[in-house]
Amino acid sequence: MLGKLTWDAIPFDQPIPLLTSLIVIVGLAAVALYTLWRGWWPYLWRDWIVTVDHKRLGIMYALLAMVMLVRGFIDALMMRSQQALAAGGNQGYLPPEHYDQIFSAHGTIMIFFVAMPFVIGLMNFVVPLQLGVRDVAFPVLNSVSFWLTASGALLVNVSLFVGEFARTGWLVYPPLSELEFSPGVGVDYYLWALQISGAGTLMTGINFTTTILKLRARGMGYGRMPMFCWTALASNLLIVAAFPILTATFALLLLDRYLGFHFFTTDGGGNAMMFVNLIWAWGHPEVYILVLPAFGIFSEVTATFSSKPLFGYRSMAAATLAICILSMLVWLHHFFTMGASANVNAFFGIMSIVIAVPTGVKVFNWLFTMYGGRIRFTAPLLWVLGFICTFVIGGMTGVLLAIPPADFVLHNSLFLVAHFHNVIIGGVLFGLFAGYMYWFPKAFGFTLHDGLGKAAFWCWLIGFYLAFMPLYWLGLMGATRRMQHYAETEWQPMMFLAMAGALVILLGIALIFVQLFVSIRDRDRRRDRTGDPWNGRTLEWSIASPPPAWNFSTLPQVEGTDAYWQMKQAGRATAHRPPYEAIHLPRNSSVGVSIAFFSSIGGFALVWHIWWLAVICFVGVLVAALAHGWIIDREVEIPASEVAAFERARQAGSAS
Amino acid sequence: MSVVVETGRPADEIPYSERGPAPLENVVAFGFWLFLLSDVVLFSGLFAAYAVLADRTAGGPDGLKLFDRGSVLLETACLLFSSFTVGLCALAIERRSPAATYLWAAVTFALGAAFLGLEVKEFLRMIDAGAAPTRSAFLSAFFTLVGTHGLHVTLGLAWLVAMMAQVVTLGFLPIVVRRLLCFILFWHALDIVWIGVFTIVYLGAR
Repeated sequence: MLGKLTWDAIPFDQPIPLLTSLIVIVGLAAVALYTLWRGWWPYLWRDWIVTVDHKRLGIMYALLAMVMLVRGFIDALMMRSQQALAAGGNQGYLPPEHYDQIFSAHGTIMIFFVAMPFVIGLMNFVVPLQLGVRDVAFPVLNSVSFWLTASGALLVNVSLFVGEFARTGWLVYPPLSELEFSPGVGVDYYLWALQISGAGTLMTGINFTTTILKLRARGMGYGRMPMFCWTALASNLLIVAAFPILTATFALLLLDRYLGFHFFTTDGGGNAMMFVNLIWAWGHPEVYILVLPAFGIFSEVTATFSSKPLFGYRSMAAATLAICILSMLVWLHHFFTMGASANVNAFFGIMSIVIAVPTGVKVFNWLFTMYGGRIRFTAPLLWVLGFICTFVIGGMTGVLLAIPPADFVLHNSLFLVAHFHNVIIGGVLFGLFAGYMYWFPKAFGFTLHDGLGKAAFWCWLIGFYLAFMPLYWLGLMGATRRMQHYAETEWQPMMFLAMAGALVILLGIALIFVQLFVSIRDRDRRRDRTGDPWNGRTLEWSIASPPPAWNFSTLPQVEGTDAYWQMKQAGRATAHRPPYEAIHLPRNSSVGVSIAFFSSIGGFALVWHIWWLAVICFVGVLVAALAHGWIIDREVEIPASEVAAFERARQAGSAS
Repeated sequence: MSVVVETGRPADEIPYSERGPAPLENVVAFGFWLFLLSDVVLFSGLFAAYAVLADRTAGGPDGLKLFDRGSVLLETACLLFSSFTVGLCALAIERRSPAATYLWAAVTFALGAAFLGLEVKEFLRMIDAGAAPTRSAFLSAFFTLVGTHGLHVTLGLAWLVAMMAQVVTLGFLPIVVRRLLCFILFWHALDIVWIGVFTIVYLGAR
């Protein structure tokens, strides 16, 4: 009846996951009950859960990412504290089977459920506003994408309480991940969670590529798109090109595990290295799916706070697309030790080093944007400055690792761990925080506390160097990654230092939440009625904060790059000329949350081999999609009078 | 009109990229093309896996021994001919002729079902002969690649039925016509993938 699911699946004998799960369950129940008590559920359902508004979906993506950041960071703290303790005769406090789940969950969560939703959330919120349009190409599909992502995140979290998570590392390399060596449900949780959220991500890629290529304001040719839109375009093209490979690869591993196929098994002619090749054919583009939009954010923030146009706009766009293409040609540098010929390794080594060229172009463009500018050192700009310094170091260690002979020594060491945290924290995460602090006032109509933002930045920056510079050092001394225990006690001081760094980062995360709390508390004082708190350059700053559901009361006409800056210079900034026309917006839809509901339960059923439930859920997904197909009244009309009233109130507000 | 006034240029001198948001039917078709592209990438992953594992028979039967090229040729004929009939269906949709649309959709469905029937028969014959996907890596890759294509055809048939139900209940609304055109693109794409399967898997068997 319940497949493999029994009471043994609940970790009664392991206090850490058990207590954590209970706290989370009680916390969620409390929030749900409080919402019920306050009568907020109708509002929550109507304005958030079934919304197809790209702005609200973007905010929900960011919220999901923030919550999962805390989850993933707790894993990080446990790893750092275990490694600080478990030297010589001390075994630390985490047994190997638990420690292995922690580092696997940490990587999976941070990449798929923190970085990805945060990047996609910012693209959701910003791209249509920068393009000067009212929504994305497929608003309902956008809601499906979000809910599928949330569904995957839910499955990963359920694994904490019911069963276990993978013990294989974040990319589940076979043969370890095959049924023979991982008979538990951990790998299945991983695979189904990522199949579900990966489908959502692919839909996002299609949606945003179409939006950017087909829906732009009049006059906004490709050479006039804001740089964030260029990088979002490159990122989404990579999603369309790379995520199907991930889906195919995981499908093959699922066939191995569920039906006894022989793709990656040690017997029957299977080839485990094929998995590693396929997964990195997705995995390397994934790195750039994450970091290219961050580069776009740095470009926007640098230009705005230097009060100058972006230096080298065309070279920046060209470098973005060059990276987009090159990123598909370097996957083998993740496993130089596979045993490919020297020539093959040399090719991939050289291609990897070549990527440093367009990246270098970008770094100089940011520096030259600031040169001679009227710089305002706000919190978003500090993240950019921290990024430039940190990312250059990460880039250089990357070039070092791209040299095959050096890689043979450093492969699988803590040097590698330090390198990719260096580029992902210093590149992606700093960019996401810059974007979060930069666009927050646009989303909510009040600014974030700048001082607390700066404090959070300094904690993150100092904490990062404290936590990861020792890992470079340890890697050079021969410390490998994923160690639950090590014999060499002389490594321990460096491990303590890394632990201290993780605690400083913890302070940085806490300060981000304090900043949010303080700013919400003081929102009436921090209100921005102009819609343009930074003296911005692109179209999103030309409208009210928060923007109305229809974004633009009259659709803008673009005359060049930095469209809004030009409007302000030409005195056309407030030229929202009446008469307003009625606006048609897509109607809310519950299809996204319905499909995700059935996907979550269906994924759980598949993990535990509860076949009848899986069939019911599959039918449920089909019925939800089909029923949606018969809804033909898909738009609501906003009357012209309502638009006019909104604009009148806005002008009165900004004047006061 | 307003474009002419604001830019001082006649509309046809404005570059396409600056003419503002594209019409809905272009947006939908473009998005669907991107989806097809992603589907082709998915198949390319499976093709790559097949290419790597094609000679990993683990002492079991190889393709030359297993494939019945006559039957596969008949399958291919069914599928390619169904592309022609779905084209006729597209013409009927353009004329907004329900009768012709149903007729050609039915013929397309029959040909697709015949293709699937032949494929399932081939699969069952192979499994009976001890050549199940669990026998060797080669057979795993074969069944997965060809089976994924077959799954796409199955979904296509289900989609076709759903679309005919839409035409019956809703008529040729713009939203229904857009979906019909997406379906037709999908059906043609399955042909293109099949040509790859036929060439690489069946003709390529050595």
